Amino acid sequence: MAFLKAFGRYVPELVVDNAELAARLECDARWIFEVSGIAQRRFAAADELVVDMAVAAAHDCLRRAALEANEIGMLVVSSGSAEPRFPGPAASVAQRLGCGPIPAWDVPLASAGGLFGMSLANAMAPRYGTVLVVAAEKMSALAMREPLDRNVAILFGDGAGACLVSPHQGFAEISAEVLHSDGSFAGDLRAAWDTGLAMNGRTVILQAGRKLPAGIFEVLASDGVSVEDVEVFLLHQANQNLTDRVAKVVGVPVERFYSNIERYGNTSSASMLIAAAEYFAEAPASRKPVVFAAFGAGFHWGAMLVRQA
Amino acid sequence: MDERQRVLAGLIRTASNKDVTFELDESLFDSGVLDSFALADLVAAIEKEFHISIPDSDLSPRKFESIQRIERYLDSRQ
Repeated sequence: MAFLKAFGRYVPELVVDNAELAARLECDARWIFEVSGIAQRRFAAADELVVDMAVAAAHDCLRRAALEANEIGMLVVSSGSAEPRFPGPAASVAQRLGCGPIPAWDVPLASAGGLFGMSLANAMAPRYGTVLVVAAEKMSALAMREPLDRNVAILFGDGAGACLVSPHQGFAEISAEVLHSDGSFAGDLRAAWDTGLAMNGRTVILQAGRKLPAGIFEVLASDGVSVEDVEVFLLHQANQNLTDRVAKVVGVPVERFYSNIERYGNTSSASMLIAAAEYFAEAPASRKPVVFAAFGAGFHWGAMLVRQA
Repeated sequence: MDERQRVLAGLIRTASNKDVTFELDESLFDSGVLDSFALADLVAAIEKEFHISIPDSDLSPRKFESIQRIERYLDSRQ
């Protein structure tokens, strides 16, 4: 198994709070917070693209690891909101970073893309060397499209996260992972450039509320780790009420589930890596295991267990 | 209401945390009785009350939209 070397993040400057959004959506700012736990989110500038945010997060990650871009053997870029339809952002991100002609993989997965990207890196690092995983999303371009759906528009924000995965060394070793996909409800959470983002929230919450805890239990059991042994759960930041529910099912205080959704909203595939970058930047030294977990459109879901060195 | 319907009504009130009355064929979504998270709580309560395990593939919200629909689903499981 490979090692986690560093995380990085980038969020746009523009802060949009609930009062501003509520005025535009003709709803109550308090309602937004009650149903999501979100107080504000960041929106990218009109000319700020997924590639721009991905490059910024990648630079932050490389800086934290004291690595140069030409030391990367492979790049993975996850995004469910990148435009155009093709090519995906990976090749442009590699070119902008100065990586040279390394393989640059696009992972067009919303929400769970950061986790699936880390899993891909874990598998490929022995072959290609250090893998840089980036997840970048401009969800505002989808969620704020007219006609506005307030149940969707209140949830999302823009940003990017990054993770360096090394075959040889890092602060934590990946010890187990589980990934799953099921297309039975593919139509209940989808985005098309001509129609914007459509979500059946009831289906999403029903499925995520079960599949996230199931993934967590599965990955812990596969490596003989108990829930009580875990230092922190780093989840895709979808909705604070969902995180509360997952914590309740898993059976630990919600405080052990790191959360920054109040400040950034749901940044889709970027959210888990942004959360990890912020958590590990301030986390006390620990040797306890950490669990990552994500769920998103597809549906795709899974969990990863890492053991800190 | 028969006994099973009264039990279901009680589970719905508990899950929604709303002391309301509703018709057997009333959409609990359209009337605002159940939001997404209350629906998830209701499904868990139905599993516990009726000693069944509802597979993820059956977790279509429409199956649990009204007392009538829930009864139809429970009947299909017998």
